[in-house]
Amino acid sequence: MSLISNISWRSMALWKRNRDVFLTTWKTNFLPPFLEPILYLVAMGLGFGALIEADIEYGGRSLEYIKFLAPGLVAISIMYGAFFECTYSSFVRMYYQKTFDAILATPLSLEDIIAGEILWGATKSFINATIVLGVIAAFGYAEFPGLLLIPLISFVGGLMFASLAMLFTALVPNMDSFNYPFFLLITPMFLFSGTFFPLNVLPEWGQQLAMTLPLTHISNMARDLSYNMMSAELAIGAAYVIALTAVCFLASAYLMKKRLVK
Amino acid sequence: MPAVRAEKLTKVFDDLRAVDAIDFEIGEGECFGFLGPNGAGKSTTMRMIHCASPITSGELDVLGMAVNGRCREIKAAIGVAPQENNLDPDFTVRRNLTVYGRYFGLPKEVLEERADRLLEFMQLTEKRDERIQDISGGMKRRLIIARAMMNDPRLLILDEPTTGLDPQARHLIWEKVRELKRKKVTVVLTTHYMDEAERLCDRLVIMDHGKIILEGRPRELIDQVIGTDVMEIDEPTDEMETYVKVRGWQYERTIDRMLIYTEEGQNVAAELKERFAMSYYLIRNATLEDVFLRTTGRALVE
Repeated sequence: MSLISNISWRSMALWKRNRDVFLTTWKTNFLPPFLEPILYLVAMGLGFGALIEADIEYGGRSLEYIKFLAPGLVAISIMYGAFFECTYSSFVRMYYQKTFDAILATPLSLEDIIAGEILWGATKSFINATIVLGVIAAFGYAEFPGLLLIPLISFVGGLMFASLAMLFTALVPNMDSFNYPFFLLITPMFLFSGTFFPLNVLPEWGQQLAMTLPLTHISNMARDLSYNMMSAELAIGAAYVIALTAVCFLASAYLMKKRLVK
Repeated sequence: MPAVRAEKLTKVFDDLRAVDAIDFEIGEGECFGFLGPNGAGKSTTMRMIHCASPITSGELDVLGMAVNGRCREIKAAIGVAPQENNLDPDFTVRRNLTVYGRYFGLPKEVLEERADRLLEFMQLTEKRDERIQDISGGMKRRLIIARAMMNDPRLLILDEPTTGLDPQARHLIWEKVRELKRKKVTVVLTTHYMDEAERLCDRLVIMDHGKIILEGRPRELIDQVIGTDVMEIDEPTDEMETYVKVRGWQYERTIDRMLIYTEEGQNVAAELKERFAMSYYLIRNATLEDVFLRTTGRALVE
């Protein structure tokens, strides 16, 4: 497996490059993940939630709607953080800025570059999700000590979404084509992964379909940890995330090589 | 040990033989040029030397290391100034150097020291904190060369280093390349400017259709292919051409000119002036451009 053996510690140099760019504009980078969950909590939790009189049943617990919603916002930020970074931002670096070409003339291999980009994408998920987590924890919608594991989930989940995103980046002919994965994959996940409502309100087939979606597992894991619930979902979710990450990473490295090495 | 050695080096894209079984050797400390029309295979050869493009067949050693297998080591030891501007627009001029150097795993102090030294060397110190978008084309080219030197390379690849630059900027870059030669850095250069190749290259090859069609020192190639002088005649007549042919002189006729290649321009001119009325002619020294056009043809390559 030369795709694996070509990865080295040097990929961290690319990670540091992206970190440095991020830090030069840190003020604009930290504000959205801080404000966005507050907007959602107010609109969906307080506004929309006011219409929901009955408590939500989840894993044998009954919760008010806003508390059910809050961990879903963390999961969504994990998905968007890495997916945006490794689609639009990676594509700009690869296609318009020719950053990958420049770096390929240094001791980094293409696999190092892909790995560095994915590590950075996961870092973005980690940063955004940790900020969102801080906000919901401040409102008391996530509990200690379970919530302490959520940053770890956000990084691992970030690796998964970053690898998935990199797969599309290797394939799309131009930036507009990202509309397809966003419209066909990301938006349905945003809505139907147990983020805004519990999946048990769906018919059986709908629940099974939802379980195939990556975000469902991240959402379940974030929610179980927020409520200090040790469930089988944590193990199932971890296995799912690791497997999908491995497959997407290898496929994206292979396809990127095909695209860039001529 | 040669700095670069190629044997039967070949690159095939789908159905195009971009580089077709070429052999060459570049000595250490030499400035070596690759000339040729667009699509001749120069850039592909460069890309194979710096491991950006895998070779199809043959052998290619860079600094004694084979390109298939030891790419990381080769890339760590050489510097590449690509044809395309791929500076990092997210960073300032100086940051471009330090961030690039970090890809080589250099420690911070070395990065800082080299960045300052190279900015000085390329006369960019004043622009150190400017954004890439705000500096001129000539400065970008100089910065790309400075960047290629961040790892203190033993071999420097310059792919069309002066394309699109004004005369001042070109002369500055030439000066710097000569300075590098004095420091015994091996320089591999591609260019479309024959005067540039003539000034800088110790040896060069002319490529066409993926093959090397000529190899040697610039001066020797001129003597060998053209001679010392070129006489250019405006609007020549057919009788004139017949006469030149009968005299056995080397010549070439283009749409509106005739070029006679000779060792004794003045005598040829005197002889022709006696027999024909010439509206305008000139005698000049033969240049590498004459060699280039004569060997690769005058047809436009698109």
